[in-house]
Amino acid sequence: MEHFLEQVLNGFQLGLMYALIALGYTMVYGVVQLINFAHGDVFMVGAFLGYFGFAVWGLPLPLAILLAMASCALLGVVIERIAYRPLRYAPKIAALISAIGVSLFLEYFSSLKFVFGPNYRVVPRPFPEIQWKIAGLTVTNIQVIVFVVVLIMLILLQILIYRTKTGMAMRTVAVDHNAARLMGVNVDTTISITFAIGSAFAALGGVLYAIAYPQIHPFMGIMPGLKAFTAAVLGGIGIIPGAVLGALIMGQVETLTSAYISSQMRDAIAFAILILVLLFRPTGLLGRTETEKV
Amino acid sequence: MPRKVWTALIVALLSMTLIITGCGNQGNTSSGEKVIKVGFIAPLTGDVKTFGESAQKGFDLALEQAGYKAGDFKIEPVKADDRNDATEAVNVATKLITQDGVKAIVGSLTSLTTIPISKFANDNKVVLITGTATSPKVTVDDGKRKEYVFRACFIDPTQGTVAAKFALEELKLKTAAILYDQGNDYTIGLANNFKEAFTAGGGKILAMEAYAKNDTDFSAVLTNIAEKNPDILYLPDYYQKVSLIGKQARGKGIKAVFIGGDGWDSTDLDYKTMEGGYFTNHYSAQDPRPEVQNWVKQYKEKYGQEPDAFATLTYDATRLLLNAIETANSDDPAKIKEALQKTKDFSIVSGEKVSFDENGNPIKPVTILKIEGGKQKYVTAIKPN
Repeated sequence: MEHFLEQVLNGFQLGLMYALIALGYTMVYGVVQLINFAHGDVFMVGAFLGYFGFAVWGLPLPLAILLAMASCALLGVVIERIAYRPLRYAPKIAALISAIGVSLFLEYFSSLKFVFGPNYRVVPRPFPEIQWKIAGLTVTNIQVIVFVVVLIMLILLQILIYRTKTGMAMRTVAVDHNAARLMGVNVDTTISITFAIGSAFAALGGVLYAIAYPQIHPFMGIMPGLKAFTAAVLGGIGIIPGAVLGALIMGQVETLTSAYISSQMRDAIAFAILILVLLFRPTGLLGRTETEKV
Repeated sequence: MPRKVWTALIVALLSMTLIITGCGNQGNTSSGEKVIKVGFIAPLTGDVKTFGESAQKGFDLALEQAGYKAGDFKIEPVKADDRNDATEAVNVATKLITQDGVKAIVGSLTSLTTIPISKFANDNKVVLITGTATSPKVTVDDGKRKEYVFRACFIDPTQGTVAAKFALEELKLKTAAILYDQGNDYTIGLANNFKEAFTAGGGKILAMEAYAKNDTDFSAVLTNIAEKNPDILYLPDYYQKVSLIGKQARGKGIKAVFIGGDGWDSTDLDYKTMEGGYFTNHYSAQDPRPEVQNWVKQYKEKYGQEPDAFATLTYDATRLLLNAIETANSDDPAKIKEALQKTKDFSIVSGEKVSFDENGNPIKPVTILKIEGGKQKYVTAIKPN
């Protein structure tokens, strides 16, 4: 039983990692209805900037995180301005292809020697890992930090979207661009803000990921990005709490699969779930079935 | 000008280019000196770039010492980077063979990239000798020998077998767990052969778990392994991956001795985490043989650091190839291949009096190294049966 709980805790940690990425993914989708495939790569850029901040330039960790978040927010806005805005009223598939292009560009541009370089880098822990034994379970300070951050992100996003003017503008834009514009909402600015916030969260996720799994490289965003996307779809893409729910389920499925079925089946089962959800419940677990967004 | 004339002109120009490059590939320059082009493929960037850089140093030093000459032939090296990516490796091998017209290739570095290019080189009848690709599949394909392919290192079965033998007989350990990359022939080969030899020698494998190349979270399988409490955790992967797994394993309270293969041999290995671990390797700079000490001295003079096994084996591979070109005294790959196969009692740094077996593999002992005090320490050399 203890062993099972330990595995559930492992799955919980993995799920929280996916949630870090899935939150930004799903928020951008919710407002713009665009699957931003470059999200996982912004996450990578964030991890690198955080690493440079605290490990190379010697900044204190909070400052390094802020720097990574601010830079990625800017990166997100620039990506949207250059690659998505000109295609906003083109068929959805065009923006999707553009997003894949941005994703590949960020990966290979980062691989260049004068940018981040193609090599694996070991990230030194900015603070020591502390383990606590609670009722036979091992809990680490990193798990606690990630948990708290995900919780804060979730609450902040809910407040932002349902309690602020910007959030109201976002929700209006999500429903109808033209109607929103007629109501005096600045659509461009609202979408830019959405990308800025989503990308800043991706950067925060990247830095925490690099601290939890201390190794970074320019292609590190692909797998977590895909898994987070699966999680967002599982929970109902565009729905903020759904991303966290989906991510936690993904984490459990993967961990329990490799613990009790076979470590070789892990990714196969994780993505089989994506297919099953799309077949039987295309709007996701928390999605309302009557709204057809895509 | 009408379009037809343009087309004719372009066709004429293109065919002239073909003729010119064709001439360049004959191996004879205008001065009458005979030239043979030798390709070099290694990952000079990417996840194992420190290996590739070392290999390049070994290759350069071997050519430099030979004065870029073998017999009557001037050696012209052509280098390419495969980023440790199988597709990229085939791309650069295609370029070397079809565009540059190399007659022989030294490389590549890992089995992952060398298996596809060895088949390609063999099909195109170009000699390929790898310093470090240890998978049996490099020289043999479905039980059929690739006649043009050789190597200067021992093969995976040998490493896995010797590691198991060492663990059972010298360390007196009885139980082991194995973690390996299911998408990489190198780690699969080591893992399977370790398992076989360890079980045959009376040891017990408590767990054998796979992961994918890009995995970063191993907590699920490590929690399972921690509960079984094995004496050994066998990690036959490259330095960056075993460092990551090692850290998480210790975090899960696994006290087992880490044992691995030659993929650990890098300055980027996390020595603090892997402290107390052992790995099989091709060579150690601390080996007292005079050939070894000489080589270490020359390498240090040129590069200011100790040569690792990748530099050494690539140096050995290059010297074996140069020796064969000299013996054959020809730039015909078929003749070079025959000369290589007949190599006898040729002393290289990683072994004395080397000759090749029927599969193009050299026969020589395996070195065991220990990670101690943040450094590699020579323990012993074990002959595989």
